[in-house]
Amino acid sequence: MKKAVCSTTELMAVTAAHEIRDAEVVFAGTGLPMLATMLAQRTHAPDCVIVFEAGAVDPRMLHLPMSVGDSRTLAGAAQAAGLFEIFNYVLQGGRVDVGFLGSAQIDRYGNLNSTRIGPSRQRPEVRLPGSGGSADVAALARRTIVIARHERRRFPERVDFRTSPGWIDGGETRQAAGIRGGGPAAVVTTMGVIRYREGTREPYLASYHPGLSAQQVQDETGFALDLSDAQETPPPGNEELAILRREIDPERIFLK
Amino acid sequence: MKNKVLTLAQAAALVPSGKSLSIGGFTSQRHPTALLRELIRQKIRDLVIYYHSAGSDVDLLIGAGCVRRLEGAYLADGVFAPVAPNFRRFAESQRVEIVDYSNAAMMARFTAGAMGLPFLPTRSMLGTDMMAESKTIAMNCPFSGESLALVPAVRTDFCLLHVQQATANGLLRIEGQEFLDVQQALAATTVIASCEELVDEAVLRKEPERNRIPAFAVHAVVPVPFGAHPHGVHNRYDYDPEHLRLFSAAAQSDAAFAAYLERFVFGPGSHDAYLQAVGGTERLAQLRPDAGLGYNPGLRRAP
Repeated sequence: MKKAVCSTTELMAVTAAHEIRDAEVVFAGTGLPMLATMLAQRTHAPDCVIVFEAGAVDPRMLHLPMSVGDSRTLAGAAQAAGLFEIFNYVLQGGRVDVGFLGSAQIDRYGNLNSTRIGPSRQRPEVRLPGSGGSADVAALARRTIVIARHERRRFPERVDFRTSPGWIDGGETRQAAGIRGGGPAAVVTTMGVIRYREGTREPYLASYHPGLSAQQVQDETGFALDLSDAQETPPPGNEELAILRREIDPERIFLK
Repeated sequence: MKNKVLTLAQAAALVPSGKSLSIGGFTSQRHPTALLRELIRQKIRDLVIYYHSAGSDVDLLIGAGCVRRLEGAYLADGVFAPVAPNFRRFAESQRVEIVDYSNAAMMARFTAGAMGLPFLPTRSMLGTDMMAESKTIAMNCPFSGESLALVPAVRTDFCLLHVQQATANGLLRIEGQEFLDVQQALAATTVIASCEELVDEAVLRKEPERNRIPAFAVHAVVPVPFGAHPHGVHNRYDYDPEHLRLFSAAAQSDAAFAAYLERFVFGPGSHDAYLQAVGGTERLAQLRPDAGLGYNPGLRRAP
């Protein structure tokens, strides 16, 4: 098979899109998740229902939104609602199948930090934007897909601040914390895809991106990954790339 | 019916220093930014801001030194600002106090305030480090035994909003997403609404299902066309990517932001002069939306 030549962002968008199944309700955030959901809706998941926390329900977007509040999320939408409806009825009501999350830090058990870097509350080394809807989606979607830049400092054994709960400390600790939703299913990074074992919730490398090795991914990760099942990430199809480049992000706002 | 119409200067003068405030809109959409610029001109200080998904609206107030304390969920604006730059700088130099909640928790807090309740339960917040640092309490449901988190109501002294249409009496119509404007307004003691267009009460009463905030909740109405710029208003104008980038670049340092304020807030001195400073009718025409879409599909957004 002829392999398409693509950038890391394009590969991540396509890989993330493949995590969405047809007819699922998808809670999307700003950036790469928008590319992934728009691509899924135009390819293998035409009946997926996209929701944005700012209020758009089930749009048929024609132009890439720059944020979840953008009017572009309303093109062809079934409803224009608000945070009250989305968080109460859609998310807390248990109707979101898959939620997308981004994060500055992600640890061994998929817990996310988007609040602050460093040990001090009073004097953060780096102040981050805060949870937004991340903690809510992490707790309440049936499963979550995390998008992350893969660097060792961003993948510590334990996050400096747990903004959004993943598998907490592994095993049954997530359920023990009283969390109802499903937890992280996959972490799509700039280097590969991490998933979690049933039961123990230990992380394993499911795939490494073309041109890399499993060991290279491990070297950029601050905790041990089980590499035994790692395969090369399948390359995007030519049609998927064409749709991404020509229809979804021709201005290359998020695509790099 | 009462005429609640005020000028920008009169409306901003209602807000004393030291009060609590929430601001309508969402990241780059429908913030009452002209009102915020007027608060800055009037040197309002020590505000306590309650927010959920803020962008360069709250970041403008922070950078102008108007804010003492923040309680909320998110301060950033996508590719324009992965973290709101004034917020980040002020946080890292301990110039503003911050308490973090999630968006759903802030939604529940404003909703509780609007409902006249002291708190609401939520399934969010459990398992997060925000629990211990905020006024969130874990409990088991007395009926089912399920784990829940209780978050305290937010009641603010003021809520500032920007909407598409208002009557002189204060009936408000919002087009596009509501965001959390309704709950924020009803959780405030005094609501100041700027609007793109002042319309007759009879017009809005023809389609009551499209009206969102009742006149009894609104205390002042300020007609300000382009009153949200550089933020967008669905069906009226798009956000201004050039200005949002300019804002974000300026907000990287105290000195550059002081120059921004001089150029776009203090220097112009009025909303009309501000609109001239950001490019006048020529630039504003470029933000005009397609009638069917509510935004401008031809707007150049990449740098």
